[in-house]
Amino acid sequence: MLELRDVSKLVSGEMHIGNVSLRLEAGSLNVLLGPTLAGKTSLMRLMAGLDQPTSGTVHMDDADVTGVPVQKRSVAMVYQQFINYPAMSVYENIASPLRVAGVDKATLDRKVRQAADLLRLAPYLERLPLELSGGQQQRTALARAMVKDARLVLLDEPLANLDYKLREELRAELPRIFAESGAIFVYATTEPSEALLLGGKTATLSEGRVTQFGPTIEIFRNPADLLTAQTFSDPPLNTIEVRKDKNRFMLDGSDGLPVPARLAGLSDGVYTLGFQPHHLSFKGREADAVSVDARVTVTEITGSESFVHLDYAGNQWVMLEEGVHRLDVDETLRVFIDMRHLLVFDEAGRSVVTDRAEAA
Amino acid sequence: MARINLKDIRHAYVDSPVSDDDYALKRVDHVFEDGGAYALLGPSGCGKTTLLNIISGLLHPSEGEIHFGAANVTDLPTEARNIAQVFQFPVVYDTMTVYDNLAFPLRNRGVPEDVVDRRVREIIAMIGLQDRAGRKAQGLTADEKQKISLGRGLARADVNAILFDEPLTVIDPHMKWALRTQLKELHRRFGHTMVYVTHDQTEALTFADTVVVMYEGEIVQIGTPEELFERPRHTFVGYFIGSPGMNLLSAAMDGGMVRVGGQSFALPGVPQRLSAERIELGIRPEFVRLGREGMPISIAKVEDIGRKKIVHADLEGEAIAVVIDEDAEVPAEPCVAFDPAHLNLYADSWRVETEGRS
Amino acid sequence: MNKTWNNKAWFMVLPVLALVAFSAVIPLMTVVNYSVQDTFGNNVFFWAGTEWFQEILDSDRFWAAMGRNLAFSAIILCIEVSLGIFIALNMPRKGWGVPVCLVLMALPLLIPFNVVGTIWQVFGRIDIGLLGRTLAELGIAYNYVNNPVHAWVTIILMDVWHWTSLVVLLCYAGLVSIPDAYYQAAKIDGASRWAVFRYIQLPKMHRVLLIAILLRFMDSFMIYTEPFVLTGGGPGNTTTFMSIDLVKLAIGEFNLGEAAAMSIVYFLIILLMSWVFYTVMTNYGTEKR
Repeated sequence: MLELRDVSKLVSGEMHIGNVSLRLEAGSLNVLLGPTLAGKTSLMRLMAGLDQPTSGTVHMDDADVTGVPVQKRSVAMVYQQFINYPAMSVYENIASPLRVAGVDKATLDRKVRQAADLLRLAPYLERLPLELSGGQQQRTALARAMVKDARLVLLDEPLANLDYKLREELRAELPRIFAESGAIFVYATTEPSEALLLGGKTATLSEGRVTQFGPTIEIFRNPADLLTAQTFSDPPLNTIEVRKDKNRFMLDGSDGLPVPARLAGLSDGVYTLGFQPHHLSFKGREADAVSVDARVTVTEITGSESFVHLDYAGNQWVMLEEGVHRLDVDETLRVFIDMRHLLVFDEAGRSVVTDRAEAA
Repeated sequence: MARINLKDIRHAYVDSPVSDDDYALKRVDHVFEDGGAYALLGPSGCGKTTLLNIISGLLHPSEGEIHFGAANVTDLPTEARNIAQVFQFPVVYDTMTVYDNLAFPLRNRGVPEDVVDRRVREIIAMIGLQDRAGRKAQGLTADEKQKISLGRGLARADVNAILFDEPLTVIDPHMKWALRTQLKELHRRFGHTMVYVTHDQTEALTFADTVVVMYEGEIVQIGTPEELFERPRHTFVGYFIGSPGMNLLSAAMDGGMVRVGGQSFALPGVPQRLSAERIELGIRPEFVRLGREGMPISIAKVEDIGRKKIVHADLEGEAIAVVIDEDAEVPAEPCVAFDPAHLNLYADSWRVETEGRS
Repeated sequence: MNKTWNNKAWFMVLPVLALVAFSAVIPLMTVVNYSVQDTFGNNVFFWAGTEWFQEILDSDRFWAAMGRNLAFSAIILCIEVSLGIFIALNMPRKGWGVPVCLVLMALPLLIPFNVVGTIWQVFGRIDIGLLGRTLAELGIAYNYVNNPVHAWVTIILMDVWHWTSLVVLLCYAGLVSIPDAYYQAAKIDGASRWAVFRYIQLPKMHRVLLIAILLRFMDSFMIYTEPFVLTGGGPGNTTTFMSIDLVKLAIGEFNLGEAAAMSIVYFLIILLMSWVFYTVMTNYGTEKR
């Protein structure tokens, strides 16, 4: 188990990591999700012991390891760039941490072949890294990290430099590979969809702070605050600021939206409503859907789905609709918001009502 | 602005190519119509960047000719072709300010300073770097630098074409949405011919009106996003477009019917016999219905990806993926049924043209 | 406090500190000691205070030597930096030409200083030297032994021949680190050859150029061996640089106090100039965020 207790990191007065407390269980997969410069790499460097925190402590199985340098910890790391020894064969690359550890020959061979099988590298063991595809190179780096049997494996956007499809394939394999090891995995990514595909737990990061930590799908469905919801949505979350006045959400320049029954308990005041692009639709499927008239700005068609970019009272929204829909720019469109999934945030950005929940 | 005509282009990086394998680009004969938004989509090493560099003149093709409108530009250098290109990694002139970076391609061509100023201000506003205009480009973040690269590509109004080489690689997901919509908006407003190279299907499909799918140095299909999705000409296209990709099930011909396991499907216009080593039936995960009726499957894994669920299952020994709604339940004894309107038949990886739908 | 202090680190640098103390600080202190005292031999010393320094700073001989030094450094910096950049820009980036050029460039750097002096001394002789004979055949009355201009030209040529390679190699290292995409983008932007140099190549060479200029300045300002071998400071005093003058003063005239004071001034000037160069060049082109 790895635990960060109120860890902060300042670099020449600038806060890179602010008061982060996390408990990562053994054998778990933990995703660090956030945009570039949110502090994912900084946090990983603190976990690894490559950097020392300015304040706070790092614990490994209840032992304080704050000042312990990385060489003395059981850590493996995989980077965005494919880092392998170019002059060594794939076999030797995977074997290198074992050679350093002075493992006997038979064990070494067994472990290397095991890791190679797991990562489907068995046919390429005699090749040099540069003779492999990007995906195979990164799998070699992964195998080297796995073979080390480290307690903590840090993966810093390991798939970012791979082709989309390769990424998809490797991503599907990763949970299986992780499951076979008892290590703590930490996986940094900028992509919400990647976090969802990996599952496990997710910590959302924003400007050096962890905004929420918990089971991935839970956080996606029930974000604790607006910042988390925005970090964890791709396409971006649709939002609108309203003032609740009895049974209507009022906004300037329009007669507002009716308040759905499940939110009747909400006290009057200013709120931000949030909903995912796929909860906006042409069709009022449910009784609980509310319609608004919005202006089309751009339509993007993927062949199976359409992303319709809309402007509603100055708010930029995206609607994700199944099928191909060609719409004229500036056309006014009646769209329905699925109120069952509506998220409601108070003025401070805290979540007051989550997906499908009733207002207290 | 001009129509770009590629006539029998071949390119090899080795000096004296012998076999087809020596060619990075095997044979491309294609016309990019004036004012179109195109994407070149394919995995790395498929030759898409080679093709782009041949259009811009950074590479001279081993064989073939390139015409811009009526003019043969095969032997013209890049500078003389009047095109703009944006690269994968940001290229900025470090010692110049953001403003000067954007003005650079205009000033190099002797555009009057008042026109430069107007144009640069417009571009800066578009890429959202107004507050950085007077700053040196050196200290900016990667995505700000890439926005400058994009802006520089868009600065000249009179270019023949704007070429993009995986321009959004270094950009965060949220910013990708914003920049992509802006590019589309620009295309609509100025009507430039745009060619966009990417390995990311979402980028390609959402950006382009026509997508050119490339695989191992060849064009395997050219079509609208719907055509690529609904009727992939090659199993590679079926796999490469859509996530998860198209399900391919080994099939056999059975008197005008296509048989998969114990089930037979009628496909109108399918020939009685197919002389092929491998026959496959393709169906998109989106068109597989999960329910209590149809062919029984055993479920291996259900991935909840938020807005939908992906069910990975086994259908008579073959892997099949099914996409279901986020609120949908997986039945106790699951079966799958195929939407007959969305079946595609493949003989040796190429689509068999069937009646009514070509 | 954002820095973590690790006291153990100091032990690691102790040996170096000791070494520096023995090799630099102690001799320097001896010089300081000499510079404030006077002696008439027999190890008898008198306190002289700042007298030697005043004498040095008042003497025309010192300022003349310094003027020669400055002129020399300025001339060779101009020539070597521009020539170095020019050669680096025109060196091949790939193919068999690369190793050939690199070896050719490295050759002069491998030759010891006094040998360089000797080579040029012979090279320039009118009776047997290739350069001297050739010029004489062409009807040019070349003689570096008694013509100050010829002596200067020869010394400068020698330094350029010896050291331009250093600038070339450093610049070349900077140039090859520029990704191809930059040149491609420049082509697309329609940049002229000059613009490519000014906005792509020069900024990328900026750091290595700083090092090159600093090294070449310090070295040329301290030049001793080559002119000593070639001209011995002559004809007259026309090629007597500060270092040569210093040796004349200390060993030739046994004027220890004055020589010590001069070497301290000399040292301070080099320190000051290097610092000025460094600050100016590191601040150039960078901007506070």
